[in-house]
Amino acid sequence: MPARSAKRLKRALSSRPVSVLIYLSVMAALIGASLKGAEAMGYNWQWYRIPQYFFEHTEGGVTLGEIPWGLVGTITLSTLAFVLALGIGLLVALLRLSDLIVGRAVARIFLEFVRNIPLLVLLYVFYYVLGPIFGMDRYTASVLCLAVFHGALMSEIFRGGITSIPAGQWEAAKSIGMTTGQIYTYIILPQSIRFMLPPMTSEVVNVIKSSAIVSVIAVVELTTVGRNIISDTYMSFEIWFTIAAVYMVVTLIISTFASYLERRYAVQD
Amino acid sequence: MPFGEGWLFAAFPLEPRVTLQHEVRKDMVSPGAPPIISMRNVAKFFGPFQALTDINFSVRQGERVVICGPSGSGKSTLIRCLNRLEEHDEGTITIDGIELGDDTKDIRAVRQEVGMVFQQFNLFPHLTVLENLTIGPIRVRKMDKPAAEVLARTYLDRVRIPEQADKYPSQLSGGQQQRVAIARSLCMEPRIMLFDEPTSALDPEMISEVLDVMVELADSGMTMVCVTHEMGFARRVADTMVFMEAGRIVETTPPAQFFTNPKSKRARLFLDQILEH
Ligand SMILES: Nc1ncnc2c1ncn2[C@@H]1O[C@H](COP(=O)(O)OP(=O)(O)OP(=O)(O)O)[C@@H](O)[C@H]1O
Ligand SMILES: [Mg+2]
Repeated sequence: MPARSAKRLKRALSSRPVSVLIYLSVMAALIGASLKGAEAMGYNWQWYRIPQYFFEHTEGGVTLGEIPWGLVGTITLSTLAFVLALGIGLLVALLRLSDLIVGRAVARIFLEFVRNIPLLVLLYVFYYVLGPIFGMDRYTASVLCLAVFHGALMSEIFRGGITSIPAGQWEAAKSIGMTTGQIYTYIILPQSIRFMLPPMTSEVVNVIKSSAIVSVIAVVELTTVGRNIISDTYMSFEIWFTIAAVYMVVTLIISTFASYLERRYAVQD
Repeated sequence: MPFGEGWLFAAFPLEPRVTLQHEVRKDMVSPGAPPIISMRNVAKFFGPFQALTDINFSVRQGERVVICGPSGSGKSTLIRCLNRLEEHDEGTITIDGIELGDDTKDIRAVRQEVGMVFQQFNLFPHLTVLENLTIGPIRVRKMDKPAAEVLARTYLDRVRIPEQADKYPSQLSGGQQQRVAIARSLCMEPRIMLFDEPTSALDPEMISEVLDVMVELADSGMTMVCVTHEMGFARRVADTMVFMEAGRIVETTPPAQFFTNPKSKRARLFLDQILEH
């Protein structure tokens, strides 16, 4: 009897409405606390000035404000970086799994190098060192930096997905005369997608979050826009809350979509 | 093709047909021709452990060889060296005139000539039965899709599961999966078929449906090397019995002698054990 009620309690606690409720109360507590803190500081709230950064009323009608444009910047930057990172990640994973001793060594060195440098330092390397050498503008440097950083992380996801396919699949494919490239393309990778999907979507979210770092070299995206607005208006509380909320909305949408994809792939098995 | 049709529509009882085929089989094996498979002084190591020692072994075109021996004696290792799923460390292996070495083109050429059926089927789970069969012809032999599908359906007929073409492997029984695996190999139209304990992972009631297909294949003149403990099958189709122990070939004899009067004591012991139950 106690076991069953404990189970029921656990199930109730993990149900959707309850988790939303818990989430909302935690958020309310946090916001409440900061409001109180702000009040104690004598902060002058100006929330009424926020909407203009979403929609601007001009003579020609309503146009998008600075924050949506910043979001477009973030999404473009993240998409470019993510796609490139996919390529880099796959390449590094294949090198690490290859028979080539040199290939494996290069992949290992690349991985250790990237994994042990803070993202900010890596960005400075790309912008201040590699930028002038190769004539890269700040945008290219940002995209490449994010792609290299996340490519390294994603190579581990690829490697995990690839090695989780049983050896028998390789043997069967080899025994009908397929080349290594064909085996990856038609046999191994299609099967490992299922294993890679969940960690890959959290990487999408990670790319979006780390893309904020390029604001330090003034590439236009959401965080940069936030900084710019604050330097004009000094509304740091409202703007940072707003920017944080925008990031959260985007990443929550992606996570929801990801869990839908995951369920679809799980059914196919 | 005097026997080609025979196994296509085989609805006959097994026994009489097999004895009938025994007559024909003798001239399928051409004694004077150079062997299609030849292993000379082959050795294979896994680290310090020697899995194969001084293997000399040859198979003529159309010959059916059954390899048996206790667990761990190197049967799988030997057969896997023949299509280079394992690399041998010493000696030479020649398949249909091509010596197996590091040349990947040669290896792939050999693999197209040599089909292999595994104990665990190893079908591609993300592809339908038909796609499992056509992927080799389309990607490796560069056949166009319609032709490959016609070919695939012919072989599905031969293994008697034409109606399962659009299912996924996980929807089939073990026996059906293994027959799909055989058909997948046959779709590459190989000259040699290797079987590594093809019925060991099957429920007892499914063993015969796979063996039937293998018997028909043998009767069609296919060169076959089978690792199996199905002694009934061996007696029916084998031209040569190979007995292995501890990484060596201990005995190579015709089945008639192997089953009644094996040369080695070890083989006799092994047979006693295996035929007991
Ligand atoms: N990849 C490997 N690494 C190390 N040792 C191996 C490997 N594959 C096989 N061996 C060893 O080589 C020996 C021969 O193995 P093999 O699989 O060829 O035996 P087998 O005759 O097929 O046995 P079974 O009847 O159990 O299938 C065994 O002792 C096995 O442990
Ligand atoms: Mg074995």
